[in-house]
Amino acid sequence: MIGGAGVVLAIAAALVLSALRDSIVFFSTPQMVAEQHIAAGKRFRLGGVVEPGSLQRGADLAVAFKVSDGSNTLPVAYKGILPDLFREGQGVIAEGALDAAGVFKADTVLAKHDETYMPKDVADALKKQGHWKDDYDKKPGGQAASAQPAVAKQGLTQ
Amino acid sequence: MIAEAGHYALVLALGLALIQATVPILGAWLRDGALMNVARSTALAQLAFAAASFAALVWLHVSSDFSVVNVFENSHSMKPLLYKITGVWGNHEGSMLLWVSILALFGGLVAAFGNNLPLSLRAHVLAVQAWIASAFYLFILLTSNPFLRIADPPIEGRDLNPVLQDIGLAIHPPMLYLGYVGFSISFSFAVAALIEGRVDAAWARWVRPWTLMAWVFLTLGIAMGSYWAYYELGWGGWWFWDPVENASLMPWLAGTALLHSAVVMEKRNALKVWTILLSILTFSLSLLGTFLVRSGVLTSVHAFATDPTRGVFILLILCVFIGGSLTLFAWRASALKQGGLFAPISREGALVLNNLFLTTACATVFVGTLYPLALEVLTGDKISVGAPFFNLTFGPLFVPLLLAVPFGPLLAWKRGDLAGAAQRLIAAGVTALLAVAMVAAWTRGGAVLAPLAIGLAVFVIAGAVADLAERIGLFRNRFAVTLRRAFGLPRSTWGTMFAHAGVGVALIGIVCETTWNSEYIASMKEGDVARIAGYALKLEGATQRQGPNFREQIARFAVSRGGKALDPMTPSKRSFSTRGMSTTEAALQTHGVSQLYVSLGETAADGTIAVRIYHKPLVLLIWFGPLLMAFGGLLSLSDRRLRVGAPKPAKPSRAMQAAE
Repeated sequence: MIGGAGVVLAIAAALVLSALRDSIVFFSTPQMVAEQHIAAGKRFRLGGVVEPGSLQRGADLAVAFKVSDGSNTLPVAYKGILPDLFREGQGVIAEGALDAAGVFKADTVLAKHDETYMPKDVADALKKQGHWKDDYDKKPGGQAASAQPAVAKQGLTQ
Repeated sequence: MIAEAGHYALVLALGLALIQATVPILGAWLRDGALMNVARSTALAQLAFAAASFAALVWLHVSSDFSVVNVFENSHSMKPLLYKITGVWGNHEGSMLLWVSILALFGGLVAAFGNNLPLSLRAHVLAVQAWIASAFYLFILLTSNPFLRIADPPIEGRDLNPVLQDIGLAIHPPMLYLGYVGFSISFSFAVAALIEGRVDAAWARWVRPWTLMAWVFLTLGIAMGSYWAYYELGWGGWWFWDPVENASLMPWLAGTALLHSAVVMEKRNALKVWTILLSILTFSLSLLGTFLVRSGVLTSVHAFATDPTRGVFILLILCVFIGGSLTLFAWRASALKQGGLFAPISREGALVLNNLFLTTACATVFVGTLYPLALEVLTGDKISVGAPFFNLTFGPLFVPLLLAVPFGPLLAWKRGDLAGAAQRLIAAGVTALLAVAMVAAWTRGGAVLAPLAIGLAVFVIAGAVADLAERIGLFRNRFAVTLRRAFGLPRSTWGTMFAHAGVGVALIGIVCETTWNSEYIASMKEGDVARIAGYALKLEGATQRQGPNFREQIARFAVSRGGKALDPMTPSKRSFSTRGMSTTEAALQTHGVSQLYVSLGETAADGTIAVRIYHKPLVLLIWFGPLLMAFGGLLSLSDRRLRVGAPKPAKPSRAMQAAE
């Protein structure tokens, strides 16, 4: 019986390790993308601020916008419906990969979930680069929802 | 005045909890019955004061007293009454107050209905409950006081986050907390057993109903949360493997394991040490869930709270309780007498297998949830572990577990007959294979794994029914005999059948929804027709409407299928002026257990509306499954042998089964 347990645990460990190798997604900012030369087709999460005035809507729900972290910007292309809280000049996280032309093709866009909140990853990255403005940080006190479901995940996956 | 009274009641509850945490232990040590009985009265009084404090906060919200910070930040005078009440726990401070109130409620229940417990065990259990309660009262009073006043009261509040203004908030958090906190009882029993150095089958009999009750609530809470996310977020997802969801799934997995190992302990007096450990782990995972959600350590898009003092305080609570109980376990577990041995092929063996897979699955969720946090702390790298990870690890572990589920109840205690069980499952196996063949033929060329998964689900359901049919001698006896036997079966047997079948039902829903979900995303003009899964949806136009605290834009779709008109669908988009936020109200139309789902995106300048339409086949089964599981749990709970506070089991169940 203990042997059986060992086998199950070993299988589980193998599953976890292989899944961790294949399915984790790193977080980057445009600055990090510029420095690290991420290969086209490699999935990652891009975080930053939607550059004001960069949002363009094309035909058939295609949208293009630029994500900036103050030092660098990266063009993002997305097809679909943007989250309710997606706005220019505010924080965003997109998941997808770079194409050959260096455009970030997003298949998921997550926006922050109230008008003063900034995704934590984005806030940390901006702080690190010295582009943090205090007014991003005005946390609406105690707006924490209790144990709600994925209520804030204003994203879309396609 | 009300706020100060509520605050004062909370301080008094802390005082009572401190007495309850110490005096009964002293009493047990001195073998003084009077001192031990202090636990009972303080637990009841503590419940009264915690309830008074909670009622005070509810009153402040209902009467829109904006001189209280908590009300100002989360309420609005125009908000409907229901959301004024639910808004009480739609924020950090209020939800923590709900948490301790439920803790006090469970303590009070043990005090009120625990008359048949040995005096010292009851004293210890209630004392441990009071340790937990004291820690959380302190947490609230020092870092998250919901009764703080504003010196200069504003005339209007800032409103509740619109996403939370939904009936889901009325049900989901209280259910979830009843589950989370309910596991504190089995934790307290485990710690009490370790302190006393004595644990026996009777102990398991006391613990089982409490665990079962907590498990039922947690099951319903998770299912409700999932359905809420599904209809409220507007993009039809029902489970995201988000850390906050995983935080509730982990105690559920451990709790399910605990439920099963407690059966072994009660019936066979075996697996004692393991059951104690599981009790500790289950509640520890509940505490971990509270920590993850409340401290804001997660990058998760839904942990809003970000206040380091709170985080550190909860981390401290977490370390003291988990570390303390595990240390106690390491020190005292060897004092517990080991129970009987059993053959691997037996009911006990099957339940051990169940525990093995459930706890391993729980461990993989744990790794996936905490690995990104650990990595960020250690290396500074930010990663996200998403659905692919969990599908690759959790899925494969659940397959053997589900294959084994039908065998468990068919094996006898002590020494089972695997061949015999397999023989009785032939019908179920054949049904499952037929299901695989039918689904594969019907969806030829489609997904390969989906028909197999459906076959597995059918096997679980048919296996549960086969077990029942076996017990009542269906088709072998005259109908009247069968019926009499069916009524004579212990309710827990029926409970097992419903709960196991529920797992299969949920799996069918999950597989169908993920595999054959169809979607249509486009921008539509008035008069445009969207065709999806045999339905035609025509956009007839959009209108504006003023709600109590929002404006909404409603789109009207005429729905038809095969030329026959069905009810129209009216999805909408609400904008809440107070917070400048908008929410998407999806329109759902149910056909059988499948659903059509329409939600709106933004409206362009030329009047075209971005629209998302889904057809979700058999999607409702995803939530019917957990409902069945919870119903099974309730049935078992109503079994007289398990009734909370039942003095003694009427008859050992082995004897009853042998008689059939």
